[in-house]
Amino acid sequence: MTTAPVASPNQMGAPDELGFFGEFGGRYVGEPLMGACQEVETAFIDAWADTQFRQDFLHILNTYGGRPSPTTECGNLSEQLGLRLLLKREDLNHTGSHKINNVLGQALLAKRMGKTRMIAETGAGQHGVATATAAALLGMSCTVYMGEVDMKRQELNVFRMRLLGAEVIPAMSGSRTLKDAVNEAMRAWVSEVGDTHYCLGSVMGPHPYPWMVRTFHEIIGTEARQQVQDLTGGLPDVAVACVGGGSNAAGLFAGFADDESVRLVGAEPAGGAAAGRGVPAIVHGMKSYFMQDEVGQILEAESISAGLDYPGLGPEHSHLALTKRAEYYPVTDEEVLESFQLLSRTEGIIPALESAHAIAWVVKAKEELQGQTVLVNMSGRGDKDVQQVQEILER
Amino acid sequence: MSTATDHPTTAASLQQYLTEKRATGSRLLMPYITAGVCPDWLELVDAVIDAGADALEIGIPFSDPAIDGTTIQEATVVALDAGMTPARALSELQQRQFGVPLIAMTHYNLVYRYGHERFASDLVAAGGLGTILPDLPMEHAHDWRAAADAAGIENVLLAAPVTTDERLAQVVEQTKGFVYVVSTMGTTGARDGVDDAASVLSRRVKAVTDIPAIVGFGISNGETAVTAAKESDGVIVASALMRRILDGATVEEAAALIAEIRQALDAAYPPA
Repeated sequence: MTTAPVASPNQMGAPDELGFFGEFGGRYVGEPLMGACQEVETAFIDAWADTQFRQDFLHILNTYGGRPSPTTECGNLSEQLGLRLLLKREDLNHTGSHKINNVLGQALLAKRMGKTRMIAETGAGQHGVATATAAALLGMSCTVYMGEVDMKRQELNVFRMRLLGAEVIPAMSGSRTLKDAVNEAMRAWVSEVGDTHYCLGSVMGPHPYPWMVRTFHEIIGTEARQQVQDLTGGLPDVAVACVGGGSNAAGLFAGFADDESVRLVGAEPAGGAAAGRGVPAIVHGMKSYFMQDEVGQILEAESISAGLDYPGLGPEHSHLALTKRAEYYPVTDEEVLESFQLLSRTEGIIPALESAHAIAWVVKAKEELQGQTVLVNMSGRGDKDVQQVQEILER
Repeated sequence: MSTATDHPTTAASLQQYLTEKRATGSRLLMPYITAGVCPDWLELVDAVIDAGADALEIGIPFSDPAIDGTTIQEATVVALDAGMTPARALSELQQRQFGVPLIAMTHYNLVYRYGHERFASDLVAAGGLGTILPDLPMEHAHDWRAAADAAGIENVLLAAPVTTDERLAQVVEQTKGFVYVVSTMGTTGARDGVDDAASVLSRRVKAVTDIPAIVGFGISNGETAVTAAKESDGVIVASALMRRILDGATVEEAAALIAEIRQALDAAYPPA
C-alpha cells in the first residue's frame, strides 16, 4: 500500500492492510458495509497520494477553516503553575474546534467519490456543526444523528446545525448519547450507502476511518511542532490533549510521536476512562479498549462533557497505550470545572469542557511538570458550554 | 466431529441437516428468537418448532446492536433489562431438548469476551450447531473459526447485494451450514415487500455453491416468505416474530405466524 508521507511514520504510521495498529483496529462490520468501507479506503489512498487533492485540502483549511491556528504562550497561568504552558489554538478555527479539519477533508473526499449527501454522528454537537458547515459549503445535503440526551445538553448546537441546513435526528436508543448516535449513523449508512458518505467524527470505527481521520488532523501536530520550535527554540517536554474517541489527541500526537523526548499525554474523563479502565472489545467496527461489564456489554460513559461521553477510544490510542508511547490519565468533572474557570480567568480563554480536561491534567500534574514546556491542544472553545457551566455553578 | 451425537434430534452437522431437509423439496424455515425477550421465551422456542421451524436462531442480546433494526433493538433492551446474559441463555437452552438445530446469533464481542473455546463448548452443550456473527467478517474470523471447527460448530457467513462476485466466491468457500442471504441493504426489520435484491442475490449464490442459501431480513408473512423462497432454499423470520411478542402477543399467537408461513411455503413449494 503506497501512501503519502505521514508526520511520524515510525510510531504513528499507516495501519496494516487489515486496518490494525498492532492488535487494535480492523474492520468489524457486517457484509452490507464491507464494500462501502473498502470504497472509502480506496478513495482515501488515491486522494491522499494526489498532490492536487492535498493542495485543495490545504487551501480550504487556510482560506475557509482559518488555518494555521496560532500557538499561544500562557504567561499568567505558566507563572502560577511553575511551568511553560503553550496552547495550540484549535478553538480559533471556523466552527470553534479542531473538528473542521477532518470534515473538510472528508467532504472533499465525498465530493471526489461522487456522493451527494453526508451523514454524521455527534456528541457535543461540534462534529455535527462542522459536518453541516462543510456540507453547506460544498453543496451537499446533511443528516446528523445525535443522542436525545445530548440534544438537550447542547440545544444551541442543534439549532446551529438546522440553521446550516442539516437535518438532526435524535438517537433514542440505549443511553441516548454519543455511542447510540454512532449506532444510528451506522445503521443509516447501511441503507443509504449509494449516494451517502458517512463522515465519522473521530479516530474510531472501521478501517480506514481511524487512520484517515487522524491523517486529516495531523496538521494540528505538524503546525504545533514548528510553532513551538519558533517560540522556544526546541520541542515541548509534554504534549497533552483530551481524549474521548481521541481525534484531536491523535492529530497532536502525530506531530511528535517520533520525537522520543516528547511525552504524549491523553486526559480522559474519569467516567469514561477507556484506556485506563478498559479491556479490549469489538464495537463500532473496531477492536479497541472499551469500558464493559464482565460479559462484554458496553457500559455507558458519564462525563460533564458530551464530546467525551464515549465508553471507548480509537484503536491507535489503544495501541499507543499498550506500547506505552502515550500515557492516559483520568480527570474528574470537578477538576475540569475548576480548570474551565482557571483558564478563563488567567488567560481570557474560555475552553470547551472537553479541552478543559487537558488543562485539568496539567494542573493536577504540575509538581512533576515544574520548569517543563507543556503544549496543550486547546481543541475547542467554550461558548457552547457556558450555559451548562453557569447552571452547575449557580446550583 | 464432536457435535452432540447423543442429541437425538440433530444430524452430524447443520449443513448436512439443512441439505437433507432441502432434499425433500420443501423450503427451509428458520425463525429467530431473542433469548429473554419474554419470561417464557423457551416456551416460544418450543411453540415455533411445533409450528414448523426447521432450525432456530437464538439471538443473544448485546448492549450496542448496531447491526439490528428497531424491532430487534427493542427485543434486546427487554431481554437485557430482564437480566439475560450469554451464559444464562446457553444454560437455559441446555435444560431442554429441542427437535431442531439451534444457531446462536449475536455480536462478536460477546463471544470474544466469553472466550472462543468456552463459548464453542457451551454452545454445543446447549444444542447449538452453528453461529451467525454478522460483525465478524471472514478477514477477522480466524480465531473463532478454529475454536468452532474444533467443537463442531459451523460459522455462517452473510452475503449482501453489494458483495462483489470476487468476495462472494470467498464467502461461499468459507461459510459453513448455509449462506445467510441479506435481502435488502438495510438492517434487520420486517418490510412489506421483499426486495427483488433477494432473488438476484439468491441466484448469484446458487450459481456458485450447493450450500443452502437462506434469505433473511424482511420476511413478515406467508406472502413475503414465498417470494423470498422462490430463488432460495428458505427464509429467516426475525423482526416480524419479535414484533408480535413485543406487542404483547401470547406464545401461541406469535407461533401462529410461523405456522402461517410454514403453510404458505409448503403450499407454494410442496415437499415430496
